[in-house]
Amino acid sequence: MHELGIVFYIIRDVKKVAEENHVERVSKVVMDIGEVSTVVPHLLTDCWRWATDKEELLKGCELKCNIIPAVTWCDNCKQEYETVKHGKTCPHCHSENTWLLRGNEVEIKELVVSS
Amino acid sequence: MGEVKIIEIKKSVFADNEKDADSLRTELKEKKVFLLNLMSSPGSGKTTTLIQILNRIKNKVRVAVMEADIDGDVDAVKIKEATGVPSIQLHTGGMCHLDAEMTRQGLDNLNLEETDLVILENVGNLVCPAEFDTGATCNAMILSVPEGDDKPLKYPLMFSVCDLVLINKMDVLPYFDFNMERCKRFIQMRNANAQVIPISAKTGDGLDAFANWLLDRISEC
Repeated sequence: MHELGIVFYIIRDVKKVAEENHVERVSKVVMDIGEVSTVVPHLLTDCWRWATDKEELLKGCELKCNIIPAVTWCDNCKQEYETVKHGKTCPHCHSENTWLLRGNEVEIKELVVSS
Repeated sequence: MGEVKIIEIKKSVFADNEKDADSLRTELKEKKVFLLNLMSSPGSGKTTTLIQILNRIKNKVRVAVMEADIDGDVDAVKIKEATGVPSIQLHTGGMCHLDAEMTRQGLDNLNLEETDLVILENVGNLVCPAEFDTGATCNAMILSVPEGDDKPLKYPLMFSVCDLVLINKMDVLPYFDFNMERCKRFIQMRNANAQVIPISAKTGDGLDAFANWLLDRISEC
């Protein structure tokens, strides 16, 4: 259940940006969530609805999660592969000398606001 | 309602916490305080291990303990009674982890001028505490034999952020299908630099090795 903690972080960041830009209302927050970031999008939106209900600035604000597919790079054979399907071991050469290229994101991409 | 527009942000949700954690780490270094973040799943023996280790090192370094839990103060009371070491209880307010800001609030309640080592007993959980940098000098975790040797495969992030992995409850090894070599290999896959020390908080086996590891790190701090 770290989704609740993450929601509090998002709210803090969004409030800061809203203040800096003299925003009165935020109608949508778009997130980039990596496939292997360990954040569960539907839990995030559940927590979001509960937490934002208490915030005037964010009342009724939609949280949209874009899922970023996880891709791993193999340093041995210099190829990419799907992380979720093959994990740490490269399907091309069976090396474990691999690292995550993308798919670990928990990022605020953009806000839709009105002032 | 006024004009609608889009503000691009492209910022990691963890960025602020990581910044807070780095500045806390720098401050602690300047104050010559070593902060150990101890993590594990519930029931792996964190508090029992802590009592054993505190009794071995409390005459060598000035140590204090911060216990983080969702609720209750059983751990802080237990530590104080069993070791006499100053111990405070932090409540996470329902959250499954501590972050750098909460850690700082806890540290504000300790006398850091007269402390060399602070041990933070994080919330029992193998997922969330690994996501949030507390600002600790070193991360350690306890994996106990009954949990199984496959945990590094199931909770990769936890093992990849730890400098030290203690394998606890070695006294019950004969009763479980726990393969130490397999476990060490899995830990190595996640983190080639992690040191592994087998211990038994019950019998005291391996705790001198843990104490020496800790004292060595503190003297380098």
